Amino acid sequence: MLNWISENQQIIYIVILMIFLGIEVIGHVPSVLHTPLMSGANAIHGVVIIGAIIVTGKAESNNYVALILGFLAVILGTLNVVGGFVVTNRMLEMFKGKKASSNSSKGGEKK
Amino acid sequence: MGKFGGASVILALVYIISSVTFIVGLKMLSHPAKARNGNLIAAAGMTLAIIGTIFLYKDENGNALHNYGWIFSGIMIGAIIGTLAAKKVQMTAMPEMVSMFNGMGGACAALISIVEFNHFTEVFTKSGWSEVPWQLTVNMTGHLLTMYAGALIGGVSFAGSMIAWGKLNGKIKDYSFKGQHILNLAMFVLALVLIIYLLFQLDPANYRLFYLIPVLSLAYGVLFVLPIGGADMPVVISLLNSFTGVAAACGGFLYNNKVMLTGGILVGAAGTLLTILMCKAMNRSLKNVLIGNFGGNHITASQNKTGGNYKEISVSDAAVAMAYARKVMIVPGYGLAVAQAQHACHELEKLLEEKSVEVKYAIHPVAGRMPGHMNVLLAEADVNYENLLEMDQANDEFKTTDVVLILGANDVVNPAAKTDPSSPIYGMPVLEVEESKMVIVNKRSMKPGYAGIENELFFHPKTSMLFGDAKTVLQQLIAEVKML
Repeated sequence: MLNWISENQQIIYIVILMIFLGIEVIGHVPSVLHTPLMSGANAIHGVVIIGAIIVTGKAESNNYVALILGFLAVILGTLNVVGGFVVTNRMLEMFKGKKASSNSSKGGEKK
Repeated sequence: MGKFGGASVILALVYIISSVTFIVGLKMLSHPAKARNGNLIAAAGMTLAIIGTIFLYKDENGNALHNYGWIFSGIMIGAIIGTLAAKKVQMTAMPEMVSMFNGMGGACAALISIVEFNHFTEVFTKSGWSEVPWQLTVNMTGHLLTMYAGALIGGVSFAGSMIAWGKLNGKIKDYSFKGQHILNLAMFVLALVLIIYLLFQLDPANYRLFYLIPVLSLAYGVLFVLPIGGADMPVVISLLNSFTGVAAACGGFLYNNKVMLTGGILVGAAGTLLTILMCKAMNRSLKNVLIGNFGGNHITASQNKTGGNYKEISVSDAAVAMAYARKVMIVPGYGLAVAQAQHACHELEKLLEEKSVEVKYAIHPVAGRMPGHMNVLLAEADVNYENLLEMDQANDEFKTTDVVLILGANDVVNPAAKTDPSSPIYGMPVLEVEESKMVIVNKRSMKPGYAGIENELFFHPKTSMLFGDAKTVLQQLIAEVKML
């Protein structure tokens, strides 16, 4: 156990600091922004895509189980990242420029 | 890092930059004016990290990645589907979309764990289980633990998010049976026991037991979210969001990858706090939500007292009442969202303002299906940010309000939350609309709200019911007000 701690000091520091940072950063959010923020955070945990890329990129070229699972993971991870950021951007688009163009909200009334 | 040459140094730098963009991005997302740029900055950092990983990553033996065809086609497919889905989704369906994307991330984390575990056992089988050929700096137990945890948390997050998605768009109904909590708990404990067993007793005879972990986690995710009532869905999505963050961080441990670690833990911590904040807004403990006794048990209890008489109001009377009021407060709820009535709502607001009526919106923190959902919808319809009052401000102003127009909100204006200790929402802060002079409630029918609780506000002497679809009713109101 102690061995493990000394071997992984860096990681442990990162974890502790990030926990505090995550709490601090979100602590002063007005409730208006909760949904976009949740969506933005959702996109950020899409970093898991990097693991998917590594796992696919390391697989032996004839190991089809690993390749197919990795390929699936890359698709899902990309969905998380791209979808997450695009959705967040769409939400936030609505907050800006209200005064400048109050009547030309394109993409608004679809149905 | 330096021992594998310049590429690794550059990649380390790329990861540092990306981590900073995530932190700055999240920080900026919490300021209305900067939020959009914050999102773009985080997206740029993510792109950088992805490109950097593809071209610069070296494994522990200094080998670059290959299988580029698989990687690029995967990214292409994901990017196209993701963009289309995100662009096409209606603003009202936003919460389920977030839930869906969250589930994808969870599934991704679980798949990574499974592939890594396969790889791990293959290496062992080749070189004999007696030796320890694993060459990572992280020791073996830690390595195994992160794989197990990634599979478990990712699986729960995926299955749970899919159920939440189905529930929010109405495809899946609440479902619970006797002893479900015990079964859930039993499965959870079983998964933990399995993890501990496989952590210390992994050998060629039993390593296939690993695949039980994702299976158990999927079943657990489904059963965990199924019984939870719709009113709690925001909390559940937020919680699952932080789960996925932790699952991503497990991948960071696995590869000793700092950017996955920072991004994952950051979201895990922020998501947990957001979850707790939401629970506080509803005055419920997280434990209560997780055990999930909101919907099922209480519906029967509260259905017994079907309340007395209610009175209806005609559209023209309602229009007159509002047009000649000094101050009108609009309380939007999910009914407004489903009916896509935000634009009509804004139009009515403008008309009334032309008649020098003061119009404000009272936004309950959990109105709609997600905190801030109503703000997003109303912002879409160009409603002025300053006219949106948060709960405490609104409650101060109800006393001086002439007419309150409730559009498809129910539980957030239920006075039982203050008066009836037996009510499941007892203690939740609500909008005290009954303080105003007159309340007009627009609903489609007398059916109870999403949480399945009868609302005595509808039988209050000050209250008049205006039945119909929110959008239709608003359009009728607009027409009537125009004629006055």
